Amino acid sequence: MKIIVGYGSCGIAAGANKVFDALELGIEEQKLKADLQIAGCNGMCYLEPIVDVIDNDGNKQTYVKVTPERINEILNDVKDTDLKITEEELLERSNQFRIVTEKCGTINPEDINEYIEIGGYKAIEKCIAEMTQEEVIEEMKISGLRGRGGAGFPTWFKWNAALQSKATPKYMVCNADEGDPGAFMDRSVLEGDPHNLIEGMMIGAYAIGAEEGIVYVRAEYPLAIIRLQNAIEQARQKGLLGKNLFNSNFSFDLRIKAGAGAFVCGEETALIASLEGERGMPRLKPPFPAQKGYWDQPTNINNVETFANIPWIILNGGNKYSELGTEKSKGSKVFALTGKVKNGGLVEVPMGMPIKDIIFGLGGGILEDKEFKAVQMGGPSGGCIPSDLIETTVDYESLAKTGAIMGSGGMVVMDETTCMVDMARFFLDFTRNESCGKCIHCRIGTKRMLEILTRITEGDGKDGDIELLEDLAVQIKDGSLCGLGQTAPNPVLSTIRYFREEYERHIYDKKCPSKQCASLLTYEITDNCIGCGVCKRKCPVEAISGEKKTIHILDQATCIKCGKCYDACKFDAITVD
Amino acid sequence: MKCCGGNNSVLKVQFKDDDIDLTALDATLEKYKSTKGSLITILQKAQEIYGYLPLSVLNYVAQNTGVKPAKVYGVATFYTQFRLEPVGENLIMLCQGTACHVNGAKGIEEAITEELNIKDGQTTEDNLFTLNNVACLGCCSLSPVMMINGETYGHLTPKKTVEILRNLKKNDLDTKEA
Repeated sequence: MKIIVGYGSCGIAAGANKVFDALELGIEEQKLKADLQIAGCNGMCYLEPIVDVIDNDGNKQTYVKVTPERINEILNDVKDTDLKITEEELLERSNQFRIVTEKCGTINPEDINEYIEIGGYKAIEKCIAEMTQEEVIEEMKISGLRGRGGAGFPTWFKWNAALQSKATPKYMVCNADEGDPGAFMDRSVLEGDPHNLIEGMMIGAYAIGAEEGIVYVRAEYPLAIIRLQNAIEQARQKGLLGKNLFNSNFSFDLRIKAGAGAFVCGEETALIASLEGERGMPRLKPPFPAQKGYWDQPTNINNVETFANIPWIILNGGNKYSELGTEKSKGSKVFALTGKVKNGGLVEVPMGMPIKDIIFGLGGGILEDKEFKAVQMGGPSGGCIPSDLIETTVDYESLAKTGAIMGSGGMVVMDETTCMVDMARFFLDFTRNESCGKCIHCRIGTKRMLEILTRITEGDGKDGDIELLEDLAVQIKDGSLCGLGQTAPNPVLSTIRYFREEYERHIYDKKCPSKQCASLLTYEITDNCIGCGVCKRKCPVEAISGEKKTIHILDQATCIKCGKCYDACKFDAITVD
Repeated sequence: MKCCGGNNSVLKVQFKDDDIDLTALDATLEKYKSTKGSLITILQKAQEIYGYLPLSVLNYVAQNTGVKPAKVYGVATFYTQFRLEPVGENLIMLCQGTACHVNGAKGIEEAITEELNIKDGQTTEDNLFTLNNVACLGCCSLSPVMMINGETYGHLTPKKTVEILRNLKKNDLDTKEA
């Protein structure tokens, strides 16, 4: 019997470590013959901690939302436990097309043998034995694979540019600085299937002629760094990294560089500066990294998800890959489905799937069945897609038309209680913080935009503010060197485009329709009040007065709109508007 | 020169860096100083050793690597991972990612601020807690989330947050008494 615990960061946060320990103890106490193992995240974060039991005949039973107290139901194979989930339901819930996340959650990421057993490192072997550098790049061209980090630049084109650069040494860099707050597919690959990334990088390195690879990983992902380091060491021991691989003259080795926390380092030239130990500030292109990158040598940078597609493409052929998706957006894409959605987690779907099918199909709909308002895509560089555009399909072109972007694949679902002005303010606060400061428009412009948005949410919005925001947005886009500044105004522009009325309500009526902007709320006590006095006791500024068993009175002039009375009242006697 | 901490005497007051054993960093410096481009790695190791980056350590790194002090300071202040001030025994990393924001991270921050009387970046007087807002911990499906000493707490509510903090405080008292 084999017992596998989903052991990614998300699983551990949900308590997988405690479940694992309890299982270990239980197996020992009951003297069971069971092989206890770990796996990465299978994407169904909302069901974690997840435990798979595979019996000696190879039959699998999955248990979800397991707690340490209930592990005996697993170990003793209790028939009717609600922890069980049937194979059919599991399939239905994960009705996805998996390439990147195919092995996440099924193999042990800390054991290279499991990866090799299911055909791992066969793709690089095939490249070395049967394909020239040009043929590998041609295969990428046929596949139509585009960069999954945000901009969607064709992968073959970058590789070809790096191949054409004659200077040596060349470098193959993986951007694992997943900075978009709300996206975590790269973390999942690093934690769940690190060898897939290594193999993808090897193929890229073979194609462009690089012998050294660097993975730039976010420092906020400690488990990912440990798993990847372990994977690199195991690959070295097996002779899969190092000199003269597969008895050829191709040599390649890999090292990790931990980032130190800067969103702007997702930009190629800033990432290179950071690799060189400098402040991560972008520079003007050209020269492009393919000509002059790391230490002025030809350098190719792709993101984790892009690399994770590559072994599959080599083994199954570019044609097979290009069968998936739309005319210009090929293959599959992983989305991080979060926010006000029932089934939060990772989903991998073919390009061209309608957003509606992702949120209401795989995502199970909106939390508490509230009304869907918008979905934010592309994080701080992206925009919102409102409910009437929910049929939009996920491909680079369709998303761009709405004013959002594919980005790295963060999909934050919002319901009627999310204030769009507050959302815009949230993202501007982020980009203002993360602006490296090199370009004046980005450095000061984002600060000014934030100030305007803050005053709108605090009830000090003025006539002309919307136009001022739009004007500033254009200038910041034009006056910034890198993608951070060029896209920073997007969340504001897109919310103004679809939710202008909400801005106007804030500015002219001093009201927040979603009841999120505290300064704009008015609390009132209604006739439902029975005079219990709870609100009076909870009020931190003594704004509520009244005798026991009489209707209390709230003094608006003293009220600081903290909402404590509203939360405390058990008789629905306090309204908020 | 008064900008950017150019006034050294002010900085000395700002950075509590008495009694720092600089030799603890020697092995790291020896290992990395001949590899170009290792400044960030050295600073990361230094922070692992001291818990933060005291000014004297920044100076020591500059002296031993040949990198100008201004540049060392520049790099140390550019990246959010680096702290120039010591942190409390429990470092609260409160996630401010998009998913957490949508699911009420603001309310969690208010609860922490009210309970501990500290704001983002500050440490409690008893040196027990430091609050740091972070961009995203990548556990979006459990939002709102915070991480304390490597342990992640998900699906937070203001009430639950206060309970967690009080438990930590109690555990700390118990261990100290024992």
